[in-house]
Amino acid sequence: MTTTSPIKTAPDFVPAPPAAPAGKRGGRFKLGAGQQLKGGPFTYVALIVVGLGSIFPLYWTLVAASHDQQRVLDSPPPLLPGGRLWSNLQAAWEQAHLGKAIVNSVIVAGCITVATLFFCTLAGYAFAKMRFRGRGALMTAVIATLTIPPQLSVVPLFMMMSDIGWGGKLESVIFPTLVGAFGVFFMRQYLLEALPYELIEAAKVDGASNIRIVWNVVLPAARPAMMVLGMLTFVQAWNDFFWPFLALNQENPTLQVALGQLSASYTPDQSIVMAGALISTLPLLLVFVIFGKQIVGGIMAGAVKG
Amino acid sequence: MATTVPTRGAHTPPTGGSGAASNGHSKWRTRLWRFDDKASPYAYIAPFFLIFGAFGLYPLLYTGWIALHRVEMTSLNQSEWVGFDNFTRILQDSEFWTAVTNTFVIGVISTVPQLIVALGLAHLLNYKLRASTFWRTVILTPYATSVATAALVFALVFRADGGLLNWVLHFVGFGDTDWASGEWTSKIAISVIVIWRWTGYNALIYLAAMQAVPADLYEAASIDGATRWQQFRKVTIPSLRPTILFTIVISTIGSMQLFGEPLLLEGGTLGSVGGSEHQYETLSIYLFNYGWKLGHLGPAAAVAWAMLVLLLLIALINWIVGRLVRKSATA
Repeated sequence: MTTTSPIKTAPDFVPAPPAAPAGKRGGRFKLGAGQQLKGGPFTYVALIVVGLGSIFPLYWTLVAASHDQQRVLDSPPPLLPGGRLWSNLQAAWEQAHLGKAIVNSVIVAGCITVATLFFCTLAGYAFAKMRFRGRGALMTAVIATLTIPPQLSVVPLFMMMSDIGWGGKLESVIFPTLVGAFGVFFMRQYLLEALPYELIEAAKVDGASNIRIVWNVVLPAARPAMMVLGMLTFVQAWNDFFWPFLALNQENPTLQVALGQLSASYTPDQSIVMAGALISTLPLLLVFVIFGKQIVGGIMAGAVKG
Repeated sequence: MATTVPTRGAHTPPTGGSGAASNGHSKWRTRLWRFDDKASPYAYIAPFFLIFGAFGLYPLLYTGWIALHRVEMTSLNQSEWVGFDNFTRILQDSEFWTAVTNTFVIGVISTVPQLIVALGLAHLLNYKLRASTFWRTVILTPYATSVATAALVFALVFRADGGLLNWVLHFVGFGDTDWASGEWTSKIAISVIVIWRWTGYNALIYLAAMQAVPADLYEAASIDGATRWQQFRKVTIPSLRPTILFTIVISTIGSMQLFGEPLLLEGGTLGSVGGSEHQYETLSIYLFNYGWKLGHLGPAAAVAWAMLVLLLLIALINWIVGRLVRKSATA
């Protein structure tokens, strides 16, 4: 089994240049990037203000989670972390069955991510590099599904799930999101540029079947984009709220559902709720700190309009 | 871009079977290959369409059927034909119209400032900056925060007594505001949560589009003596028009879906009816309340169809406005 990538270049995910309306692509993407004037002091001041605004609510989650409720609701409100973080975390853990919720969230987000990566890469490859009847129309259909909000189908979905015995089970949350239109589009855009026809041709000359080509040529070439899509999908699945909140119940929740129920309980203790919020957010923040650059690049690349 | 897709039929099999003995074998192989080439693309895209068909399209149509029946949460297997009763029921409910108005108002006051700020932010990020990746990541952190977490933190910030915002505002002479109870203040609070979560994301989308604007356009403009502001207005904005339209569509669809923010702003029973006076009840909350709290799935399905009609209406308005803008731009 040859596992070496046939593509030696492109070790890092470089966002493909968005399709300019004028049809100008490639070339000196970095240098030709709009005005490359230097930012002045005003620019930095404005960015610091916006940056603080972006971070502060998260910081304050930590602050509120580390005091007792009395102090949190006092005026003036606390601005520095207190000493009750650990006991609040413990209380939240016990009150909302967060242990089970974390396991559930990992299972749900993990399954969705793995399946999305596999199916979206396959479909993206087909749409980018294979020729078949109805390709354009089918791709348009894929994009069109993005405009349908989940609200339109939750009622029958709930009935279907209880009908097939998935009511309240994780399957009911996993299966509807196994493969998404955004992922298909994202992989297609990437493979259009990153996978040269010559490589596919060479493999065909060697007599490789299509599925072998996928395994030996497409997957290695798609790996950088898959990394990014994987993180974006994981973030989305981890944070999903509407459908899981309707489909799952208190006994078997994901983290977000447990958090919603914790706060919806009879007079919730706010600092314990904040401790729960902290637990549900920390894993993703960690991912963000480590892979922020790739996620930013991925969103910018995914912004390309077809 | 007119590269042809290689087909294996054109190649001789590399097994190199010479002589007549392997002829039949190779013919069979060629046929197998041709089938492989024909069927594989459909097999690769099939999972998407199967999943979407089963959990997207089929339920969407099924919603229409449920909307014409009486289905209760307590007995999901029983249904009774009621015609258009569910529709008349919600259309005669003033709470429904409140939810429609609220969804629309919150949609506008969360989308418009959000996209304007995002545009400005993208403009700043498009300058040559120290630590540009750092800034991009920082403004994107709200995107990593879940609706639930964001809504719960802001619920504390907007609290009437002991809330952080009221405390800050009292320095500039404001008295305590009961944000969640007010007709407008509650909608502003919801919008702030939405704006906080999505501005950075939209800014990055605009930034990507800005970087695709050909540099010579700016050169030509500066040769003509255009100031920076004029360049922004006459070069950047027109080039970004398709992207702006795209984000408007996405944000509009998003605002139709607002659920977690209103549900958790006050939490508890108040959340599931969108406030004591339904002052921040959105259509999704209304649907949830009818279907999951009251247990009447028929009217809930009717609400879903009403949302579909509203979406189509909004799409139509978007389209007309887009055309008018384009006309006035060329005129």
